[in-house]
Amino acid sequence: MEDIRLMKGNEAIAHAAVRYGVDGYFGYPITPQSEVLETLEELMPWETTGMVVLQAESEVAAINMVYGGAATGKAVMTSSSSPGVSLMQEGMSYIAAGELPALVVNVMRGGPGLGTIHPSQADYFQATKGGGHGDYHFIVLAPATVQEMADFVGLGFDLAFKYRTPAMILADGIVGQMMEKVVLPPARPRRTEAEIAEQCPWAVTGRPEWRKPNVMTTLELDSYKMEENNRRYQATYDLIRANEVRYKEYYTDDAEYIFVAFGSIARICLKAIEEAREKGIKVGLVRPVTLWPFPVDVISGLSRKVKGMMVVELNAGQMIEDVRMAVEGRVPVRHYGRLGGIVPNPQEVIEAFEAEFLK
Amino acid sequence: MAKAKGAVEVNAERCKGCNLCVIACPCSVLGLQPKEVNNRGYHFAYTVNPQACIGCAACATVCPDGCIAVYRLKAVSPSND
Amino acid sequence: MDNNEIIRPENLVCAKPRLLNDNNMHYCPGCSHGVVHKLIAEVIEEMGIEHIAIGVAPVGCAVFAYNYIDIDWIEASHGRAPAVATAAKRLNPGKMVFTYQGDGDLAAIGTAETIHAANRGENIAIIFINNAIYGMTGGQMAPTTLEGMKTATTPYGRRVDLNGYPLKITELLAQLPGTCYVTRQSVHTPASVRKTKAAIRKAFENSMAQRGTSVVEIVSTCNSGWKMSPAKANEWMVENMFPAYPPGELKNE
Repeated sequence: MEDIRLMKGNEAIAHAAVRYGVDGYFGYPITPQSEVLETLEELMPWETTGMVVLQAESEVAAINMVYGGAATGKAVMTSSSSPGVSLMQEGMSYIAAGELPALVVNVMRGGPGLGTIHPSQADYFQATKGGGHGDYHFIVLAPATVQEMADFVGLGFDLAFKYRTPAMILADGIVGQMMEKVVLPPARPRRTEAEIAEQCPWAVTGRPEWRKPNVMTTLELDSYKMEENNRRYQATYDLIRANEVRYKEYYTDDAEYIFVAFGSIARICLKAIEEAREKGIKVGLVRPVTLWPFPVDVISGLSRKVKGMMVVELNAGQMIEDVRMAVEGRVPVRHYGRLGGIVPNPQEVIEAFEAEFLK
Repeated sequence: MAKAKGAVEVNAERCKGCNLCVIACPCSVLGLQPKEVNNRGYHFAYTVNPQACIGCAACATVCPDGCIAVYRLKAVSPSND
Repeated sequence: MDNNEIIRPENLVCAKPRLLNDNNMHYCPGCSHGVVHKLIAEVIEEMGIEHIAIGVAPVGCAVFAYNYIDIDWIEASHGRAPAVATAAKRLNPGKMVFTYQGDGDLAAIGTAETIHAANRGENIAIIFINNAIYGMTGGQMAPTTLEGMKTATTPYGRRVDLNGYPLKITELLAQLPGTCYVTRQSVHTPASVRKTKAAIRKAFENSMAQRGTSVVEIVSTCNSGWKMSPAKANEWMVENMFPAYPPGELKNE
């Protein structure tokens, strides 16, 4: 029988982590994602699966715990919200450079600065363009439902281990805080030491006599070798771009206009589309599920059929740059966004669309 | 001539000529090559007075680069009697 | 007896430990780091624990520690070694996990991670090299730089009105209930080297026995940074560093 529960997106992350068999969670409280750590402490998974849960002294410490844990081949994760994720950027760069599988959850709030605790999508650039120093990417998954919050924990780790590269769940405060029904993934045991050794021969575990030392370092002072390292990272990213683009299309078959939106605002766009279609306006929606790699091809393809696109975001215009690059000037691409933690209703989205394209 | 109770071997190529072994040796066995240098340009340590060695391993203990191997005759205490 | 007759395998009493590999260490001639590296290699070898030993290397001169000691290592970002070690140990409680950190790494940029790891009583050993200077970046002021001491960023000597006081972080760590063993040693004489080796062994044993955090501070020289010969640096250390950082056991529970 399906295990259906009603819970917040943040709680779903915690439940899914335990059920996936995550080895360790290291986090620091920050609104609007503190429920992840709170739920884990309440679940006491160290008593059941043996999962380690630790409240770190800062986000800086938390992300470096993730780095240290991941270096030993364990499945480790952290979660935070925008200002905390800013603090984590150095560690995230190290994790990417170390080619370490790990999961970081960002339940975004409005910025810049201390900003607001209300929802936002203003960390799109930070999440998809690298964020920290150096040429690197995280695989970025954008959930729009509590169900996806739960599902993307497993998906994030699966992709992270498949490609030996970190993944991020980029949620907004709405998805983190709202309650919905969710089918939790089936529980499974954590990997055994033997399975980790098999899956992660690079893991720092102590050196048995038969092998050379495993060293997790991101330092390489020989420029030629460092270039090789960089080329290896890029080759991985190319592979991910080729194989792991995920998106959802709604009403695109006969659409004359396209909304492009991710996360919670995509659901508001969908409602707006349904209302627009009642008025005879044929609008469709593309919801990127992976923000990196970005679904370039579907947007590029649609740009050959439609009259225009509107990117709707809870920011001042970030994903629109990727959409414009995919569209390559074929049709007008406009932006509608609210800032400061304000979430528009479907009517406002339709009005913005009509003002841009139908007047 | 004193009878050696111990002996040291210096890895001349690894030695950086820091002189700490020379100072640590209680029997003035070691010195730095006054003219000769190793491949990295260091005046490496060598046994100036090998017969005085008692095998106490003070030199190897303070050596920062692990360049010195120390040997000592069995049943001979490392005292300077 | 001729020396050549003494140089036989059965007479060998001291040599480079097997785990200290043949790579030439990048440290300056006479640097204390080399001695401590050798001791770590010796202790791990003698305890027979290389299959469960995980070292966490710092940023600073010892950033390349992993190039010299043939065990598994994680190279941490600047100051975060205790956080990295925290997770490595918690997720692998059967391993012996230690950090190797300099004064800048441990007592400036990484102060929070150091204090909180120790306060949680993480079952890790912290090897702390205190030479009162930033060696790798060219001899700038460290948190442990002595009052009046000249460095690249205190060319006229450290002034407490401008730069604050030398940080006695080891004394601070000894106050925390999470630490089980806190000691301050040096490696400038054969006797002090032997004591430091015993301290490192004790710290590693504590990590394996889950007794809490062990801190082994090693008051060290940076003869290049101090602009002295190695021998003179040792003398200067005894005269000037020891009054501020006196060797001895601060805590042993």
